[in-house]
Amino acid sequence: MSLQTPKHIDNPAVLYMDGVSVSFDGFKALNSLSMVIAPGEMRAIIGPNGAGKTTMMDVITGKTRPDTGTIIFTDNANSQHDLTRFDEADVANLGVGRKFQKPSVIESLTVFENLEMSLKGGRSIWQALLHKLTAEKAQKLDEILDMIDLADKRDELAGNLSHGQKQWLEIGMLLGQEPQLLLIDEPAAGMTDEETMKTAELFKRLAQKHSLMVVEHDMDFIEALDCKVTVLHEGHVLAEGSLATVKANPQVIEVYLGR
Amino acid sequence: MTQTKQFGPLTRLLMNDAAGRKLLLVLVLMAVFIPLSNLLLPEGSFFHVSTYTMTLLGKYLCYALLAIAVDLIWGYCGILSLGHGAFFALGGYAMGMYLMRQIGDRGVYGNPELPDFMVFLNWTELPWYWLGFDQFWFAMLMVLLAPGILAFVFGALAFRSRVTGVYLSIITQALTYALLLAFFRNDMGFGGNNGLTDFKDILGYSLQSDNTRAVLFVASVLALILGYLISRFIVTSKLGRVLVAIRDSESRARFLGYRVEHYKLFVFVVSSMLAGVAGALYVPQVGIINPGEFAPINSIEIIIWVAVGGRGTLFGAVIGAMLVNYAKTYFTGAFAELWLFMLGGLFVLTTLYLPKGVVGLWAQLKEKYQQKKYQAEAEDNPPALNTETQSKAAPEQQDKLNFVQGEKV
Repeated sequence: MSLQTPKHIDNPAVLYMDGVSVSFDGFKALNSLSMVIAPGEMRAIIGPNGAGKTTMMDVITGKTRPDTGTIIFTDNANSQHDLTRFDEADVANLGVGRKFQKPSVIESLTVFENLEMSLKGGRSIWQALLHKLTAEKAQKLDEILDMIDLADKRDELAGNLSHGQKQWLEIGMLLGQEPQLLLIDEPAAGMTDEETMKTAELFKRLAQKHSLMVVEHDMDFIEALDCKVTVLHEGHVLAEGSLATVKANPQVIEVYLGR
Repeated sequence: MTQTKQFGPLTRLLMNDAAGRKLLLVLVLMAVFIPLSNLLLPEGSFFHVSTYTMTLLGKYLCYALLAIAVDLIWGYCGILSLGHGAFFALGGYAMGMYLMRQIGDRGVYGNPELPDFMVFLNWTELPWYWLGFDQFWFAMLMVLLAPGILAFVFGALAFRSRVTGVYLSIITQALTYALLLAFFRNDMGFGGNNGLTDFKDILGYSLQSDNTRAVLFVASVLALILGYLISRFIVTSKLGRVLVAIRDSESRARFLGYRVEHYKLFVFVVSSMLAGVAGALYVPQVGIINPGEFAPINSIEIIIWVAVGGRGTLFGAVIGAMLVNYAKTYFTGAFAELWLFMLGGLFVLTTLYLPKGVVGLWAQLKEKYQQKKYQAEAEDNPPALNTETQSKAAPEQQDKLNFVQGEKV
């Protein structure tokens, strides 16, 4: 499954996208998109509606197959995988976690059961049928529960959580998967200001161990993340740099910020 | 949840399943007392259960197993199969073929090699696919394999292509309809329009005798218990929670790294085999299997049983199958031509007013009663004492929570 390191990559990036294009009925959702995410990097992605943010996540996670282009993912054993050849389940198991814009947790299971299901490994039918919770895994679950501040909601049905708590539970489920790379779609949507800031803090902590790619519209949130920003427009990268640099870019002001 | 892991497997299955425990108790009692009263008590006795009633109950039990099979895929995994009657009928045909071979030379034509309908069609030798059906073990294997293999092939194609929702329902309906048409044909070699009937005995015991009927009844109870426990084993495992995840949010399950099509296929095949076993036990008790069992309406009826009982609970399916079929027996006797309208009405009413079925209604009433009790207690106790009672009540509430999860999901 692993590929030879492409010669033109010097430092193995966690994610290396080169010239990725996708079109739907003639509409170019992604137009030769290229981007590199380094290990442990946090990257914010902004851009107007229709800029291709969600499509980008779809091609990375195997939901949509790009027409052209390469997407190379380096796992923690340093082997490289061409993500365009895999489907969602494969990509997830290689170490790419994805959080949807709308919180998507399993509402009729408890918080604990949601997290338990997310824990890395045991994806086959027989493993799932004969699954037993080991002490080690239980401890890991407790850690995640603490990290996402839901320890006291452990046995609550996920459907009974508040919107913000569901978002956090979903983030917790991503952590359970132990991914190298987390793709996070508008985490702050629908959160209170306080929750938004707490989420930004959590992401900063996560970035020490994982690479994060955060799509967001909320400028305050991005400011709090304090990371490199990529601006997408019409399916390709319009600008990249610190938030201040990007904000000063006249093109960015015209297509996005100025409106 | 952590503490439940220390218990044995059977405890795990029934621990948070108070209703399931009661159901199994009732079934075991039925298995013991109904055959005894049928065989030992004189016919005039008030407690005598007639062979007719026992066989009728046996038939309901087969339907209940079929309902569990459907609840497993529909209630837990969200696969609305409108063709599950096909798997039931295939299991039934496999048993019917064995029973036909048991007739031997006692048929109308007295041909020791061929069943009557083949003689009638001027066939000279047994088709290859009838070979082996004179062996009971082989027929029983086919009871599992015929539905299982069909479900595997059909499911592999459908789930791989990500056919879901109403489209899947339509193609399952088409599947059973196609089989209906195929089995109607005489040259298929399954007795055509008339199906398979005139059975004489099973494993050498006459099907007409009360003893055999009693054994078949007990076998139906045991099959239902086993089917319940197998399904319970599945739904209480992590696999069961993955199924619920697929039902509630298929894409979430996928992005968590679960291969959704494999999970669906697994549960679909298990469910088809349970349906096949139900069909195999049904046929010797009713004495006939014909293509009518493939009729789409039968498959839709199963859905109604499960919906009326309460989907996603397993024991609700059993209750629904029993209730609706009892009503069917009664009403088709009383006003035959109205039954289909009543069945349709029942489905509409259940969907509108009882989304969780009879079982859900029961749980609701119980909750209301308990809430009232809590309130009354809270009013009786001064608030200072209340904190203590609450902490004492915590484990109980925990148990109640588990109960709710296990049964209302």
